[in-house]
Amino acid sequence: MTDGWTPSAHELERRALRRSQRIRSTLIATAVTVVVFGAIVAAILASPGWPSVHALFFSGHHARASFHAILEGFWINVKLFLICEPCILVLGLAVALARSSRSPWLTPLRLAAVGYTDVVRGIPTILLVVLFAFGFPALRLQGVPNSLLFWAGVALVVSYGAYVAEVFRAGIDSIHPSQLNSASALGLSRGQAMRFVVVPQAVRRVVPPLLNDFVSLQKDTALVSSVGLFDALFSARDYGNYNFNYTPLVVVAGFFIVCTVPLARLCDWLQRRWMERERAGAL
Amino acid sequence: MSALLEVSDLRKAYGEKVVLADIDLTVDRHDVICLIGSSGSGKSTLLRCLNLLEQIDDGVIRFDGAEISDPRVDPRSVRRRIGMVFQAFNLFPHLTVLDNCVLAPVRVHGVPRSEAVARATELLSRFGLADQIAKHPDRLSGGQQQRVALVRALCTEPELLLLDEITAALDPELVGDVLTIVRDLAEAGTTMVLATHEMSFAREVATSVCFLDGGRILEHGPPGELLVAPEQERTRQFLRRVLPPSG
Repeated sequence: MTDGWTPSAHELERRALRRSQRIRSTLIATAVTVVVFGAIVAAILASPGWPSVHALFFSGHHARASFHAILEGFWINVKLFLICEPCILVLGLAVALARSSRSPWLTPLRLAAVGYTDVVRGIPTILLVVLFAFGFPALRLQGVPNSLLFWAGVALVVSYGAYVAEVFRAGIDSIHPSQLNSASALGLSRGQAMRFVVVPQAVRRVVPPLLNDFVSLQKDTALVSSVGLFDALFSARDYGNYNFNYTPLVVVAGFFIVCTVPLARLCDWLQRRWMERERAGAL
Repeated sequence: MSALLEVSDLRKAYGEKVVLADIDLTVDRHDVICLIGSSGSGKSTLLRCLNLLEQIDDGVIRFDGAEISDPRVDPRSVRRRIGMVFQAFNLFPHLTVLDNCVLAPVRVHGVPRSEAVARATELLSRFGLADQIAKHPDRLSGGQQQRVALVRALCTEPELLLLDEITAALDPELVGDVLTIVRDLAEAGTTMVLATHEMSFAREVATSVCFLDGGRILEHGPPGELLVAPEQERTRQFLRRVLPPSG
């Protein structure tokens, strides 16, 4: 649809003005950022203890020497995370749905769900890991693995499942009842309404808090070091205890950051895409 | 005295799609301008451009003599003086009716809370909402909600009121309540620009009617002329579809 329009002189002037306003805000943003971060870095470098901190925490030699062991240990963290996360999502959603079920037949399930979230969220995750990793193998159950790693993973799933269930429930509750009504009006059953209408909307809304829990879980995979599994943290501590240097801990922190930041970017991108698709025009 | 609002050569496009072109519009004080036209003709977009919710792509908008389409103008300074009511009410669900109405006077205009409450209460009672003051918007009927939205816009004593199809989401029985208020406002001399599908209402209150088609003002004039004997064939077509056969 072209109508032979060319911008008027006034409009061109306005565009130039907008452009210079944009440039000005970019310059301000850059200047403020450089000044603030520059001041912080300068304050740290100028502090009296910096040389010894530098040798103890940021030694290039120790970073290189410990790198390989940490990398191997980190593989355990990654495996744990990748396997636990889907399990947590499924468990969390199932518990949330159980809590918001209305059928009288499902009352025991509903009560169990309430009890589970209440109790598990009250127990420190590290305690669950220790209890599960040392307790369950002692039962010598048949047909399930008895390794420390397996039960530490189960503990993480159980612990995070409770948090994620609450996040899902908040998302489900935040969907306006009119959505459920209009789904019912179309003849969908309550289960179908949940499955096709409410939950898809709820999931989108809770992506940011879910990401919060993902990142938290990535870090908490390091809790398995408390039962002596050679994950990244345990390997770093092991190295540090032999060599009296904390650099490996900083290296571990670097490993975790490298994993969590791209995940955060991915989620932001997903969110924006959904928003653009569903709210054309209106912001 | 110059016109309150003056629009010249306004153009708005979303990418390649031109939604408004060559719009010229003058609103004097105490005018009631009705924008009519089929859905997608650009009525809502025009209203949104007028209080700077949309950035325009060409042309000039002047409010009270000063150009407000200048990027240096703070949109908030303009919106303080212009009220707007939306088709979907857009009340804040977490605030009571009263708090919806006093939010802007207190936070934006610095009116003391007691004064804002007194004014809001007075307006709400005048529009038959005295019983609803302490309730939350979702507990009200659509007609009541839209009346609250009108009061909310009026509480800041705007010099210009923009109404975007405010009865389109209401059932016919409730339309009357809302239109009565708008009619009273028109009689009291409130300057308004409103997009509407209510032709008989437009005929009654408008000082001028604009027919929009494909993002252009195809025709404008006093309601007695435009709605009765339009010059353009396109306008006639539109009116035939929306007016009851008896006329």
